[in-house]
Amino acid sequence: MAKGDPGVTTRGRRAAPRSKRATRTGGPELVQLLTPEGERIESAVGPDGTDYRVDFTDEEYRGLYRDLVLVRKLDAEATALQRQGELGLWASLLGQEAAQVGSGRALRTQDMAFPTYREHGVLYCRGIDPIMPLGLFRGVDQGGWDPNEFKFNMYTIVIGAQTLHATGYAMGVHMDGKTGTDDGEAVIAYFGDGATSQGDVNEAFVWASVFNAPLVFFCQNNQYAISEPLERQTRVPLYQRANGFGFPGVRVDGNDVLASYAVTRHALDNARLGQGPSLIEAYTYRMGAHTTSDDPTRYRIASEVEAWQAKDPIARMKAFLTKQQIADESFFAVVDEQARAESVHLRERVLAMPDPAPVTMFDHVYPHGSPELDAQRAQFTTYLESFEGSAH
Amino acid sequence: MSRIKEFNLPDLGEGLTEGEILAWLVKVGDVIELNQPIVEVETAKAAVEIPAKWAGQVRAIFHPEGTTVEVGAPIIAIDTDPNAGPVEEPASAATPSAATPAAVEVAPAEGAIAPGLTGGPAPGGRTAVLVGYGPRTTAAKRRPRKGAVPAQASAPVAPAKASAPAPAPAAAPAAPAPAAAPAAPAANGRAGGPVLAKPPVRKLAKDLGVDLSTLTGSGPLGSITREDVRRAGATAEPQTVTAPTVAAASFGADREQRVPVKGVRKLTAENMSRSAFTAPHVTEFLTVDVTRAMKALDRLRARREWRDVRVSPLLLVAKAVLLAVGRHPMVNSSWAGDEIVVKDYVNLGIAAATERGLIVPNIKDAGRLSMRELADALTALVQTAKAGKTAPADMSGGTLTITNVGVFGVDTGTPILPPGESAILAFGAVREMPWVHKGKVRPRQVTTLGLSFDHRIIDGELGSKFLRDVGDFLADPEAALLAWT
Repeated sequence: MAKGDPGVTTRGRRAAPRSKRATRTGGPELVQLLTPEGERIESAVGPDGTDYRVDFTDEEYRGLYRDLVLVRKLDAEATALQRQGELGLWASLLGQEAAQVGSGRALRTQDMAFPTYREHGVLYCRGIDPIMPLGLFRGVDQGGWDPNEFKFNMYTIVIGAQTLHATGYAMGVHMDGKTGTDDGEAVIAYFGDGATSQGDVNEAFVWASVFNAPLVFFCQNNQYAISEPLERQTRVPLYQRANGFGFPGVRVDGNDVLASYAVTRHALDNARLGQGPSLIEAYTYRMGAHTTSDDPTRYRIASEVEAWQAKDPIARMKAFLTKQQIADESFFAVVDEQARAESVHLRERVLAMPDPAPVTMFDHVYPHGSPELDAQRAQFTTYLESFEGSAH
Repeated sequence: MSRIKEFNLPDLGEGLTEGEILAWLVKVGDVIELNQPIVEVETAKAAVEIPAKWAGQVRAIFHPEGTTVEVGAPIIAIDTDPNAGPVEEPASAATPSAATPAAVEVAPAEGAIAPGLTGGPAPGGRTAVLVGYGPRTTAAKRRPRKGAVPAQASAPVAPAKASAPAPAPAAAPAAPAPAAAPAAPAANGRAGGPVLAKPPVRKLAKDLGVDLSTLTGSGPLGSITREDVRRAGATAEPQTVTAPTVAAASFGADREQRVPVKGVRKLTAENMSRSAFTAPHVTEFLTVDVTRAMKALDRLRARREWRDVRVSPLLLVAKAVLLAVGRHPMVNSSWAGDEIVVKDYVNLGIAAATERGLIVPNIKDAGRLSMRELADALTALVQTAKAGKTAPADMSGGTLTITNVGVFGVDTGTPILPPGESAILAFGAVREMPWVHKGKVRPRQVTTLGLSFDHRIIDGELGSKFLRDVGDFLADPEAALLAWT
């Protein structure tokens, strides 16, 4: 029952009142370095006693703000393009910018990331052209970037499957002896709160734990698995699941880019030093729809969305930069203009994307082809040529 | 490329075939910016705002609010360079069409954006067909094979193939075969979306020369069965090919009219047959003298604090139902297979006849509302429904429904339960009738209530008690309020 009607059933269990979630704060265990009002917290202590803090230069603070704004603007442009029939589908990251930019910027060049289909912010931080995923959602290519070049795997649509890929990859990194130094290699796997109910994710937890894989499980808890609220996924805070698998877990304010950065950097450093996996639960909220095919007004109430609006990741960063006089209105205007220009540029390039020739579907099945595939290609080419005016 | 660009309704979900225009956010003449929201469209999946694809000036809006539009059909024309002086009026499509659904069938004219043929010119002229089923303009497009007889050459002599891709549907009325004329505006023939048929059935249809798109399927989910094809194959005559259309005077040669089943009609049909054949319905009737209640309403209207409130007999019926539910909670429940879910809240559905058809929005947790709040909620609900702006969330989660058939001037009916609910009350017209009152026949105001309930949950005794309570309240609301609350 996705609608979550309030009231009593004959089973005698009272469904959780909806209003509770609207005001939920993430609890006292939430690691936070920047409050929703833009107040800076010097340091925060995690459940295992770790002291989290960041020390950025003014330029770095401004850079993080720019990342957040650009990532949001490009995402909004992609959503508009879908509404205009230029993309088949789009999974918006609206509201989750800080979790993605914070963790994405904490990655080092050698670290490998395994995304879901919503990590446009992490993709941006990895230096991949933001046009790349739009080709995938426009249906004209398979995603387009080289995972090895950018150390960022292809988007994975199957829920949670990438956590197993990441575990295997991380075990390989460990076996190759690339861990154990403070500049070793680490791996990060992204997934959502809904994925924690998947077998794949739980298997990944087991394997990563017992094989001491240098892996950070980064769960963006955006409160909904499409329409299914968090209370239908878990009875304990998600980060506590890690205890049962034998590695540390921490809950961070996913709308706080500074805390997201600090917690991820610490977990990655542990991994690269050979201290095994950890779980980060980035407590955040999906402000938009699950995808453009979804209508969130059918399963959540406006007051809940408003409560999260007040915790907006960009607004708090802007308040902080203003209060600390790290940036002024002219800086914000420049960033806005840059975001606008980049989104226009993105739109132009999307509209200019050519439809692929039908035979290109054979091109990337095997790296060096196969006799069977070549025969199929030849047959299909002949078929296409049987049409009048064919120039496929 | 033309300055005037037409925007075709894209597939907003994955594989959708149509959407309903809920509200236009711009009007003809407005100057709009790129990505400015222009229209709210509701599909089977979501109600969404569509941002403008081009900046410019709105030249034409092709479909009024409330109409259902096929994916791929143009909905708005935008002049992308309004300051460049007058523009040559593009042909038919850019002329705002009449508010008939048939307008959907108008194909984009030459000079306007060409229909996006699969594999055709991409930017600008692209039709949104990236996932799922394609829009109708491209659905049956197939390039001619080398050496084959061009398909359109055979069209005039074999109107049975009228639904084959006529490259320019607008040219069809000029075709020499008179029998084909009624079908011309909808030459593509499909009522909405793809035809459902299994491959062997498609093969059979091909062998028999039957056009699947002209058939109404009798199989599951409206799919076309082998039998449907055989029957059509046996009677296939050119004049039997009548394209679905809802234009008023469009009866074919057989004096029958095929109205496509879609949108609210389709949903209503599905819901009603599902409910009628899963929940065993029982209906009971009760005729009540509501003279006192009508007087009580007048007294309520006369009160200063109620002066601006719309007070209708329906308000009293709603209150009666809510109070009676309090006394018989089991009536407000739903059948969940191996258990009965009894609800502590009443989401009170009100069946409303709108231009779009029957919809049943509900008042959430109506039992907690004061009389005044209930009156306001009823007014708002009816106004929203009439304006065609009822949000999907307002139509889901109903627990018990009132259908006010009295407004149509009839006495009562045997309503069918909305799926998932176990009782529905029909409220008939209030008439002045001869009635035995205090031992004498007097003209009194009388109405008849009809209560249908799900016999799996509610037995005759409970149903009768509930109906009796509703009746008691309506007979003497003030006494019932004193006695019960």
